[in-house]
Amino acid sequence: MSIDRRVFLKIAGLTTALGLGGSTLINGLKKRGLEASELPIAGKQGGLTAKRWGMVVDMSKFRNEHDIQRVIDACHNIHNVPFFKNPKHEVKWIWTDTFNHTFPGMESEFMQDGLEEMPFLMLCNHCLHPACVRVCPTQATFKRKDGIVMMDMHRCIGCRFCMAACPFGARSFNWRDPRGKDEDGRPFIRKLNPEYPTRMKGVVEKCTFCTERLAKGLQPACAEESNGGLVFGDLEDPGSELREILRTHYTVRRKQELGTQPSVYYVIGGNDNV
Amino acid sequence: MFEKALTGSKRYWTWIFVLLAVIGAGFLAYLKQYEYGLGLTGMSRDVSWGFYIGQFTFMVGIAASGVMLVLPYYLHHYKKFGRLVILGEFLAISAVIMCMLFIFVDLGQPKRVMNVMLHPTLNSVMFWDMVVLMGYLALNVIIGWTVLGSERKGTPPPGWVKPLIYLSIAWAPSIHTVTAFLYAGLPGRHFWLSAIMAARFLSSAFASGPALLIILALIIRKLTKFDPGKEAIQSLGKIVTYFMLTSVFFLGLEFFTAFYSNIPSHMASFKYLYAGLDGHNQLVPLMWISTILAVVSIVLLINPKFRENEKILAMASVAVFFSLWIDKGFGLVIGGFIPNMFEGVTEYWPTQPEMMISMGVWAIGLLVLTVLYKIAISVKEEVEL
Repeated sequence: MSIDRRVFLKIAGLTTALGLGGSTLINGLKKRGLEASELPIAGKQGGLTAKRWGMVVDMSKFRNEHDIQRVIDACHNIHNVPFFKNPKHEVKWIWTDTFNHTFPGMESEFMQDGLEEMPFLMLCNHCLHPACVRVCPTQATFKRKDGIVMMDMHRCIGCRFCMAACPFGARSFNWRDPRGKDEDGRPFIRKLNPEYPTRMKGVVEKCTFCTERLAKGLQPACAEESNGGLVFGDLEDPGSELREILRTHYTVRRKQELGTQPSVYYVIGGNDNV
Repeated sequence: MFEKALTGSKRYWTWIFVLLAVIGAGFLAYLKQYEYGLGLTGMSRDVSWGFYIGQFTFMVGIAASGVMLVLPYYLHHYKKFGRLVILGEFLAISAVIMCMLFIFVDLGQPKRVMNVMLHPTLNSVMFWDMVVLMGYLALNVIIGWTVLGSERKGTPPPGWVKPLIYLSIAWAPSIHTVTAFLYAGLPGRHFWLSAIMAARFLSSAFASGPALLIILALIIRKLTKFDPGKEAIQSLGKIVTYFMLTSVFFLGLEFFTAFYSNIPSHMASFKYLYAGLDGHNQLVPLMWISTILAVVSIVLLINPKFRENEKILAMASVAVFFSLWIDKGFGLVIGGFIPNMFEGVTEYWPTQPEMMISMGVWAIGLLVLTVLYKIAISVKEEVEL
């Protein structure tokens, strides 16, 4: 049997194409271990569980800038969130901004004294209908059964479709290697927490409601440091402290009109404190 | 047939090596980006897509526009396009390759690109965009190559290729519709959240693609013995005229809705692009160049006396191409991110490495186009002379 030149070239071409993307494809098609989205939610002993985790940000409980900074630091330090000086490359899981920037469209011509200057805490809203999960082409971001919108850092291809889709600016991309150092030789992760994974460049990250702490039976780090300013709990449990606050206070959510159903609520009336 | 690409004049080889040099420079810049991360570009937390995705979006339109030749030729038996249709199909091939490369260089973790196929996600528009682009590439490669091969042998194309051609006619609008859906279904991006986004995409594609084909056809007539035909070029000119008018009309509809309703969030991006917002106005000159080019092109195209003059038609085509290239390859993507989700403004401008990488992708596209056109034209010269 003879192979003519055309046939040979065709086979050679096909083999090369398979070689280029083929090995990942074949590895991927093999039934692998557990998917991140299938991981058990509670830890072995006494993890916290809920039908839908949510949070209330009670602005009246934050007395000064220090109260707020402590909350941000608690989160960013334990999660190895890198510090990039260039604001364009900023990575943030929890941060503050003014009323007008937090609640666009809700600003008025004449506003209550002090409201505009209040530093509102923002974090991922863990929406009931998250746009980021809808658009992700690899299911690298997914919704857990307990309502938490989670990231699989090993699957994310860094296409940033989720950043275009999230109406809350809750997602940060690693434009540079977070494990690296800045021009002055300072590491971007100021103090490494060996108990939490660092990320690589080119992936998207955000607040996870501290799934690693929930599994150990602990509250999210921000809530723990907030002196009651951030109340974390089960939105589906009518007996929870969270629901008690929602029953007794007027609360708002960010950009409710978009229908993503954020799980983070705000109690605004705190003008006499901050 | 491929051997036709391996023999050519000195001019042909000089052009090939110029392109290879640009590709080499682009590749070096890409290695740098691969090492440093996408922070090497002008993109940011707020403007998280930039020039790459803009170019991708524009090139999808160029790819889809091949149907403007295929449809009249195969469905309406408009024989005048017989000599041009292969050029449209081969342009589509090189454009789709550029689309894929622009997506690839935009990825933060390019090594994981296969994840899109390993974890097919039906609710993600990006997954569908990959499916339709790959399908469109395959259709054009199979159809173009088979029809050209038959032409060379002097036989009619095999029967099985006809259904594929009809499929490709339906497929072409789908690639640009799905690409528009990447943008048009996102909550909170008011600039993109428009029901006529796909219609705008298609109309601008069917103006810019045929405009590019007119320029290419005129270059080919100058450089080779092959003449794509005066009447065919004039027909393309009419297609460009109608779709350029439609495209500008659609843009006008967007303006009306935003400004007559007077809803701030709907006006903000338009204000940023055409007048500046909160003192930020980096894109304003570019958008006005696009506007002026659009007006000039329409004045030149709408009057048949001007349009029938090939020199003026060529100028009008260049104006159409660059007007829409700015509008879609730049303004549309950047404008969607400004203002950001907190109603602040972070501006964007591509960096030098970003431009080098983009030039490299363009050069790869031009190289593929040159080689394919060389083959097609050599075959046509051989058959005719």
